[in-house]
Amino acid sequence: MAPGPPGACRAWTRRWRLGVALGALALASTVAAGEIPLAQRRSGYDFMSPQTRAMQDDDTANPGLLWVLEGEALWRRKAGAAGRACADCHGAAGTSMMGVAARHPAFDATRGRPVSLEQRIRTCRTDRQQAPPLAWEGRDLLALTAYVARQSRGVPIQPVIDARVQPFLQSGRAFFERRQGQLNLACSQCHDDNWGRRLAGNVVPQAHPTGYPLYRLEWQSLGSLQRRLRNCLVGIRAEPYDYGAPELVELELYLMWRARGMPMEAPAVRP
Amino acid sequence: MARAMVSVPARARRGEIIEVKALISHVMETGHRRRQDGSVIPRDIIRRFVCTYNGTEVFRAELHPAIAANPFIAFSTIALESGTLALHWTGDNGFSVTESAAIVVE
Amino acid sequence: MSRRLSRREVLRAAGAGLASLVVVRPARATPDTMQEAIRQVVGPARITPGRVTLELPPLVENGNVVPLAVSVESPMTEADHVRGIHVFTERNPRPEVLGVRLGPRAGRARVATRVRLANTQSVVAIAELSDGSWWSASADVVVTLAACLEEA
Repeated sequence: MAPGPPGACRAWTRRWRLGVALGALALASTVAAGEIPLAQRRSGYDFMSPQTRAMQDDDTANPGLLWVLEGEALWRRKAGAAGRACADCHGAAGTSMMGVAARHPAFDATRGRPVSLEQRIRTCRTDRQQAPPLAWEGRDLLALTAYVARQSRGVPIQPVIDARVQPFLQSGRAFFERRQGQLNLACSQCHDDNWGRRLAGNVVPQAHPTGYPLYRLEWQSLGSLQRRLRNCLVGIRAEPYDYGAPELVELELYLMWRARGMPMEAPAVRP
Repeated sequence: MARAMVSVPARARRGEIIEVKALISHVMETGHRRRQDGSVIPRDIIRRFVCTYNGTEVFRAELHPAIAANPFIAFSTIALESGTLALHWTGDNGFSVTESAAIVVE
Repeated sequence: MSRRLSRREVLRAAGAGLASLVVVRPARATPDTMQEAIRQVVGPARITPGRVTLELPPLVENGNVVPLAVSVESPMTEADHVRGIHVFTERNPRPEVLGVRLGPRAGRARVATRVRLANTQSVVAIAELSDGSWWSASADVVVTLAACLEEA
């Protein structure tokens, strides 16, 4: 430090400290506002107890597989006025559905926007099978989604992002980073900035959708990603959009892009 | 429509202790939960699980509401002879499901 | 083995003479009701701590689904085997959890399941041996989210 009268020296030091503090704050907010570095991404699996992990890993004991079994039966069953089973068009799901869940939400040209896997299945049901629509979060839709998603197990998440999908991806990202609800919280504040820390006795995960649809111990049932998103929105006292709402599909799309490269685990088990 | 998953090794050596795992979809409604209007949701649980091996009972369990939904039970039995393990769940409201698994014992 | 009278049967017999008797069940089990439930199964026999291993996670992530296993040291022969395994909790709405019957054909005295735990509490496992002796183990579990008493 330059020599000078003692008073001037102290004033300079004070300004310097303030500058450093503000700079650090600015730096912290820049770093905090960003994505989790790709190499630091962890599945929710990594934050679970060994017992819950064991439940997921054991194919003879994972409760989510009960829905997969049901889905397999539904896949083969003829339905609707068209009297068609999924298998009649798609053949063996192990082949035709491999990687499909890892690429959804995907752009639907007829609708001009991305659709989730559940929406795709519902569309097939009404348009191709000419059967009544499958209820959102109903047993049959969950079973079929679980069965299809199971065929992507181990496949790296890779939603197709092109010029058509970009605006929806940006919209999903904006949603993730926007403060909402009475608690005025953004998803990113917990899941980008504070993952790994504890909230009410549970560890905050990074919120990657690697395992959906999954068996949540809290639900004592298998459920979809949108069910979980709606739970979260209720948690921060924000609007829980309806199943299939564009906001939820765009958020799903962003979450899948954010998790790109991570392997699918469906049906996972989570607390 | 109840789905059940039974895991029994397809083959075993005579005298080998094998592990049997059974998982069945069931809400296991405890009878303690209340609806918004305060009325109690009636109990609806699986009450009994029995495993027979070529007709002989080798394992039996009485389940109470404290057993988690989609009940899972794992137990062991000695592979004595080839044949069939029959697993039978019964409970409230006439619930009754049987699943079988074949085993070859050499 | 003679079957013990259930409390319901005793009360029914008593009620025949006391029509105005009202039985009020506690809203939640207590260590006393757990002991009572254990006595319903065991009768007056002595229960010795030991030979039983109760596997439970010390801290559970969700009380709705808690993996639990009980194993008992035993040669599982015709002459010396485990006849039954019973599990109880101290603070669930009801103390009984599971009652298992097995025999020498089990090969190994071990059962695993998943249970609901309403609160941080003790869980007790009792084993009945073929020689008529009774053994026990208990474990304390911390539950951060209650299970049984949730709203619909």
